[in-house]
Amino acid sequence: MALTRTDSGPLFTADAANTLRLIGYLAIAIVLMVVDHRGAYLSRMRYALNTVVEPMYRLAALPAQFAREARLALADRERLTEANNKLSQDLLLAQARLNRLNEVREQNQRLQELLAVQRSLDLGVQLAHIIDIDTDPDRHRLVIDAGANQGVQIGQAVLDAHGIMGQIVEALPNMATIMLITDAAHALPVTVERTGMRAIARGYALDALSLPNIPISADLKVGDRLITSGLGGHFPTGFPVGVVRSISNDASGMFAAAIVTPSAALDRSGEVLILQQLVDPVGPPAPLADNGPPAAPSAEPPAKKKP
Amino acid sequence: MNRGRANFLLFWGSLFGCYLLQLMPLPEALLALKPYWLALALIYWTLEAPERVSLGLAFVLGLLGDLFAGELLGEQALRLCILCFILLRFRSRLRFFPMWQQALAVFALLVNDRIVLLMVRAVAGEAAPSAGFWLAPLAGALAWPWLFLLFDDLRARLRVNES
Repeated sequence: MALTRTDSGPLFTADAANTLRLIGYLAIAIVLMVVDHRGAYLSRMRYALNTVVEPMYRLAALPAQFAREARLALADRERLTEANNKLSQDLLLAQARLNRLNEVREQNQRLQELLAVQRSLDLGVQLAHIIDIDTDPDRHRLVIDAGANQGVQIGQAVLDAHGIMGQIVEALPNMATIMLITDAAHALPVTVERTGMRAIARGYALDALSLPNIPISADLKVGDRLITSGLGGHFPTGFPVGVVRSISNDASGMFAAAIVTPSAALDRSGEVLILQQLVDPVGPPAPLADNGPPAAPSAEPPAKKKP
Repeated sequence: MNRGRANFLLFWGSLFGCYLLQLMPLPEALLALKPYWLALALIYWTLEAPERVSLGLAFVLGLLGDLFAGELLGEQALRLCILCFILLRFRSRLRFFPMWQQALAVFALLVNDRIVLLMVRAVAGEAAPSAGFWLAPLAGALAWPWLFLLFDDLRARLRVNES
C-alpha cells in the first residue's frame, strides 16, 4: 500500500511518538478530571466563559423553538378554542379554590400572629422559561433562561403548576441548570400524605422516582400521594411530588421498594417557577458577633411587631 | 474563495455544527439514540484529512465539549483522545473499507468510547447507567454512512467549484 503524503518519516518512530503523546494527553485529562471532581472548577470556568456558552445554548435551542412556534401558528382554530375553554374552566375552578384558601390564609395569619410565629409561607417565586437543549441524555437536566444576574442561586427549588421539578445546580450569569428529581443523583425527602410516613425519593428513570428501603410492614399503597417533607431544608414543605405507581420487594427481600410517577410535567417545555429561598437554613443559628457583656434587658423580643 | 479556505470553513463549520447537534433536544423516545456527533465528525476528518487532525486537536475539542456539557472537565477530552489515537493507528486500513465495514468499525469505536465513559463514571462514583446507554453507538453507526456521504459530497462540490 502506498504511503499517503502525510505519513512522512519512518512509520515506527511516528507511532512511538504518538503513543507518548497519547499518554501525555490522557494524563492531563485524568488530572483535569480529578481536580474538577474535587473542586468543581468547570462551573467556575463556565461562569467566566458564559459569553461562549450561553450563545451556543441559545443557538442550539432555536430549531426546537421554531418548531414549537410553527406548531402553535399552524394549530387549528378548533383545538385552540377547545384548549381555551378548558383553560378558562380550570382558571375558574382555581379561582374559586383560591378564594376559599384566602380565607384560610387569613385565619392562618391570625393564628400565627397569636402564636407569634415569624416565618410566613409567602411564596416568592420567579418565572423562567426552559431553554430547549439537552446537554447529556443520561442526565436529567434542564437549562432555563434566568441566571445569577436574575437572582437565581444554587440550591433553589424549582416547581411547575403540578409539583416539584428539581433544584438549581448551576447558575451562569443569564442561565441556570436544573437537576430534575428524576436524575439518578437526586434525592428528595418526602412524606406520604395519607400516613405521614417519611421516605427518600431518588431519581430512577425518565418518568419515575423510586422509594428504596421501605420496611415491608409499612403502610404504603399504590395511588398514595407523596408530598415534600421539608426535611433537609432545601425544599419547602407540602408540595406534591408524585403518586405511587407500584410497590415490590427489593432484591434482598428485606425491604420494599416503590416506583413513583412524578406529579410535575417534567417533559421539556414551557415555564417553571423558581422558589426564592424561603426555608430557614437548618442547623444552629449563626454565632453572635458581639462578645461583650450581655445586652441590657431593654432589648425587645424581635417577634413583636410595632403597630 | 480559494480551496484551502473553503476546506478550512467546512472543517470548522462541521465541528461547530456537531456541537450544536450535541446540544439539540430530541423527543424523549429518541433521547437515548442521540449519537456522539462530535466523535463522528472527528472520525471523518481523521480518515479523510489527517493533516488537520492531531491528538492535541482532539484534546482541545473534547475540552470544548466538556465546557458545553458542563459535567466533568476532561471527560470528553479523554474519550476523544483515545478515539483519535486508535483511528490514527488504523487509518490506512479503515479508509479503504467498504461502507458497511466502516460503519461496523465506527460502531466498535463508539462502543469502546462508551466503555471508557463508563469507566470514568464508575471511578467518579456514579450509578450504573440504564440499558439505553448502549444504544447511542448503534445510532452513531447508523448515522455514519449518511454523514460520510454528506461530507464527501460537500468536499467534492468544493473541488468542482475550484476547477
